[in-house]
Amino acid sequence: MTSRAVEDLLRTLAPQVLGVLVRRHGQFYACEDAVQEALLAAAVQWPAQGLPEHPRAWLVTVATRRLTDEWRSEHARREREVAVAVRQPAYAAVAPAADEEPPSGDDTLKLLFLCCHPALPVSAQVALTLRAVGGLGTAEIARAYLVPEATMSQRIRRAKQRVEAAGARFTLPSSADRDERLGAVLRVLYLVFNEGYTASSGDELHRAELTGEAIRLARELHRLLPTDGEVAGLLALMLLTDAHRAARTGPAGELVPLAEQDRTRWDRGAVAEGIALVTEALTWSAPGPYQVQAAIAAVHAEAPTAATTDWPQIVALYRVLARIAPNPMVTLNQAVAVAMVAGPRAGLALLAPLGEDDRTAGHHRLAAVRAHLLELAGDRADARAAYLAAARATTSLPERRYLEVRAARLAP
Amino acid sequence: MKYMLLIWNRPGFADELTEAERNAIFGEVDVIMKELTESGELVGGDALAHPSQTRTVRPAAGGTEITDGPFVESKEQFAGYLTVDCDTPERAAEIAARWPDVRHGFGVLEVRAVMEQAGTEM
Repeated sequence: MTSRAVEDLLRTLAPQVLGVLVRRHGQFYACEDAVQEALLAAAVQWPAQGLPEHPRAWLVTVATRRLTDEWRSEHARREREVAVAVRQPAYAAVAPAADEEPPSGDDTLKLLFLCCHPALPVSAQVALTLRAVGGLGTAEIARAYLVPEATMSQRIRRAKQRVEAAGARFTLPSSADRDERLGAVLRVLYLVFNEGYTASSGDELHRAELTGEAIRLARELHRLLPTDGEVAGLLALMLLTDAHRAARTGPAGELVPLAEQDRTRWDRGAVAEGIALVTEALTWSAPGPYQVQAAIAAVHAEAPTAATTDWPQIVALYRVLARIAPNPMVTLNQAVAVAMVAGPRAGLALLAPLGEDDRTAGHHRLAAVRAHLLELAGDRADARAAYLAAARATTSLPERRYLEVRAARLAP
Repeated sequence: MKYMLLIWNRPGFADELTEAERNAIFGEVDVIMKELTESGELVGGDALAHPSQTRTVRPAAGGTEITDGPFVESKEQFAGYLTVDCDTPERAAEIAARWPDVRHGFGVLEVRAVMEQAGTEM
């Protein structure tokens, strides 16, 4: 078996094994460490020696042994320190049978909810989800997020401490909390996806892996919650967005806007799957923000050329999105769609209130959209000034490069 | 989001401090660095040698010219930096506000966003 295939298998098994351990022993912190060690041992041994007969049971056994060793040394330390006889822990007698307990999807769900616990800052939710549910090593996560391994290792350790301190339990959230908690899980998966998708240089390989990992976890979540429309919507949105990957950058790594992308390079398989998912979800679910965004992406995907895009349909969908999830970024995209139907001045009129809102006034995306609409309106001087303002405000190198090129094209 | 906190201070300010004051300042820095390490926010940082040890390289007719001393003539000089990865710009500014140079009036900290390699097509 290749190490790539072993790695894929390990990532699938990671949350199942962690679920078994946490259910048996509690102590999320210690169990998570033990599972990471077992995954590491498997990653070294399996490609060389072949797969064990029951890979999942192998991992459970090895992880339990690590946990036991950890407890024994802790136990011995305490014995030395206080010289009090402590009863041999009961778990040591209960070695797991090779293939007991079928893999439980509930465990993966519970882990996702635990890792996206509201007591954690978002960056910690992301890191912990990738490690505990995604089965990624700390070094891999650190490389993907371009921080030193020591930084990421501390972030994960702190996240685990906080989860325990918050008294988080390994259970599914109550129905009262469920939507909000699921919303946090979906947000984390979407953030992981975007982190990978928007990468255009640097440690590109590792970051691109994040996209694949986010899609894999969204797929798993969809398998576990097949009747949740927003889960289907998020998966569809990821697939439809990721389909552009090959076309979104030019030969020199420069960003290519949607309207100028070579659509023959879009991944038709991913497009078809995304469209099918969102179309089906919308027939039985009240539309949520991810479904509507996926529906918008689907309309773009169905147009053979940018010129044949069904803009009135997109305007209607943005109107729905603005109603169910009002947010300045939605207004920005809505303004572009309105401009395509009713002319650039109509789009610019929609932007006006954002310029007076402190939260958005200095944002580079507002300046970039204004610039684009002014250019469409033929106002070259103002368009150029707005592109330059956007270039100054962005903290992304590829975006700055793109915006400066657009400004240069309009130089007098 | 990563931010670089640039420390600008008056060279030699420490010469006027007592040993106890100096130790107290190092102690404050240790506390902040420990906290940032434990929170998983610290990405890196360095303190720089005294500005008198600087060489400035600039373009000159027919090539380059190298002179001793810093590029910017000012009372405050660039003394070091730390890079943090935190959730909000407010958090980065809060870290800067606690740095001893700011608290004791030896200098200022500049909080600069670090450019990302990622970008959205528009």
